[in-house]
Amino acid sequence: MNTVLALENVVKEYPLTPPVRALAGVDLTIEAGELLAVVGPSGSGKSTMLHIMGTLDRPTKGDVSVAGYRVSELSDAELSGLRSRHIGFVFQAFYLLTGYSALDNVADGLLYTGVPLDERRARASAALETVGLSHRLDHVATQLSGGERQRVAIARAIVGKPSIVLADEPTGNLDSTTSSGIVELFHELNRAGSTIVVVTHDPEISASLPRIIHLRDGLIESDRVRELSS
Amino acid sequence: MNNGDLKSELHPSDLARTATVGARTRPLRAALSALGIMIGIGAMVAVLGLSESSKSELLEQLEQLGTNLLTVQAGAGIGRGDAVLPEESVAMIERIGPVEATAYVSSVDANAYRTDLVPEAQTGGIAVRAAEPNLLETLGGTMAAGVFLDGATASYPAVVLGSVAADRLGIRSLENSPQIWLGGEWFAVIGILDGLTLHPDLDRSAIIGEIAADEFLDHDQAPTTVYVRTQPENVLSVANVLPATANPEFPDQIQVTRPTDTLEAAEAADDTLTALFLGLGAVALLVGGVGIANVMVISVLERRSEIGLRRALGATRRHITYQFLGEALLLAGVGGLAGVLLGSGVTAAWAAYQGWDTLVPLVAVVGGVVAALAIGAVAGLYPALRAARLSPTEALRG
Ligand SMILES: Nc1ncnc2c1ncn2[C@@H]1O[C@H](COP(=O)(O)OP(=O)(O)OP(=O)(O)O)[C@@H](O)[C@H]1O
Ligand SMILES: [Mg+2]
Repeated sequence: MNTVLALENVVKEYPLTPPVRALAGVDLTIEAGELLAVVGPSGSGKSTMLHIMGTLDRPTKGDVSVAGYRVSELSDAELSGLRSRHIGFVFQAFYLLTGYSALDNVADGLLYTGVPLDERRARASAALETVGLSHRLDHVATQLSGGERQRVAIARAIVGKPSIVLADEPTGNLDSTTSSGIVELFHELNRAGSTIVVVTHDPEISASLPRIIHLRDGLIESDRVRELSS
Repeated sequence: MNNGDLKSELHPSDLARTATVGARTRPLRAALSALGIMIGIGAMVAVLGLSESSKSELLEQLEQLGTNLLTVQAGAGIGRGDAVLPEESVAMIERIGPVEATAYVSSVDANAYRTDLVPEAQTGGIAVRAAEPNLLETLGGTMAAGVFLDGATASYPAVVLGSVAADRLGIRSLENSPQIWLGGEWFAVIGILDGLTLHPDLDRSAIIGEIAADEFLDHDQAPTTVYVRTQPENVLSVANVLPATANPEFPDQIQVTRPTDTLEAAEAADDTLTALFLGLGAVALLVGGVGIANVMVISVLERRSEIGLRRALGATRRHITYQFLGEALLLAGVGGLAGVLLGSGVTAAWAAYQGWDTLVPLVAVVGGVVAALAIGAVAGLYPALRAARLSPTEALRG
């Protein structure tokens, strides 16, 4: 098996008085090709864990490795490089640049990799086709529906073919029908080889994913792999 | 492990593109903040351009008028009216070696009117001066119409009008052979002078021949002003000996002036004005810089999530710094360029209106853009560093 991401006894404390322990010792291994849900009550540490997995933040204690790199051995600039090549992010609020076309928003997924503009756009166009938006290349963000915007953001996350895609509440701003479409897209991308972590509140979504991690008070309460019927 | 492949890269051309994001998403705000710089730079370039253009105009004018003309007058104290020079002063002055030409005028005790219907007692007529035909050449004057006095007309009841005098008398052409009522006689107007930049007193006068004055008006006055053209290299030495030559008895009653000096003095006074306006331009520029800094600080606050997203996409702190610094430079640079264009345009328009050559110094053009960029760099640095200091998670929390 090929481990894409590993957390070993990861602790994250925010230095307040008294200190807030958002993660209290998390062990987790994710293999290439997995699709998993992270669920848990509000404040249980889901976002904190996702940020640490995505190297946006460093743990207070413990080890993190992503795509074979030990995060503790990398400088901040190298972590930026790691993110640009190996990690894709999807956020609840999409974070598209207004006034820019879907194509350019997706092409920005490769902005910090040194790929020239023409190639970025060509690959962005392919990624938009993958998420089913080849007819929306030139629409600017404000001309897209919520579901379409999230598809653009997902295309941006996968355009660089990252080792892992991390999604924090990707359907939090969408209605249930649109949400199912997004979840279906994750399944498709996963079948095509992407490794994806989805943080969600929605039990319906988590129930449809092959592996579910339950967090509570900064600890993994359960980690279940389901045999999917199909 | 070799981490050499973990390099986040941003091509300079892409960096330039990221610097335009703010202007593209908020064009009005960008335009307004560039406007401040534009006004500051525009004011400074216009001030420098106008001062340079007027200076070059002055040099041209001095060249044309000649700086080798001196005027000699008896010291006319307040209330004493036109004092006269000794009778023999003109002949004495002509004997000074480096003197090339002299001409003189004397005040005639008469006024000129358009008609003979104006009561004698009424003031406000045009002053009359007597001169010899060589006056025009000595002063380097030109005719707007007609001719100057010559050997013949200098003894006839003929008159040449200064430009202002002609205006006041309402005589704009010599059609219909105009005449004026001068000291109780009709004089034929044979010429109108162009304005004499350095001799406003003559502009306001009616000039008749010395002989005619004598013959028709019983004029018997010594010269009031002698105009002296000298060899250009000896102007000062001639000026030094003129008082004693003109009036050996009372040399300190003689005033020698170089009319072009007044032009240069006016220009020097202009320099203080230039400095003042430059200072005002600098203040406007500073305010523009503060405006950009302000807009950048707000922009960084508003665009936290964009900053967080870029960090997630792999931007380093340095990339973020460059992006926002680049944006400030862009705003200031565009403002600076627009300011240079504005300032040059104002200069060109004013110069055209004044009939000058347009001269915008290269220093002002280059300096304007450089100053704008420097202001942009200073204004953008703090907001850019603040943007870069944001941790990715903080930024993403919005
Ligand atoms: N920057 C911070 N400073 C201090 N405390 C923080 C900070 N970020 C998160 N926390 C705390 O850490 C805990 C975990 O937060 P986190 O955002 O990971 O929760 P979550 O599971 O994502 O919640 P939600 O479902 O509401 O998004 C919370 O108690 C939160 O208050
Ligand atoms: Mg959260």
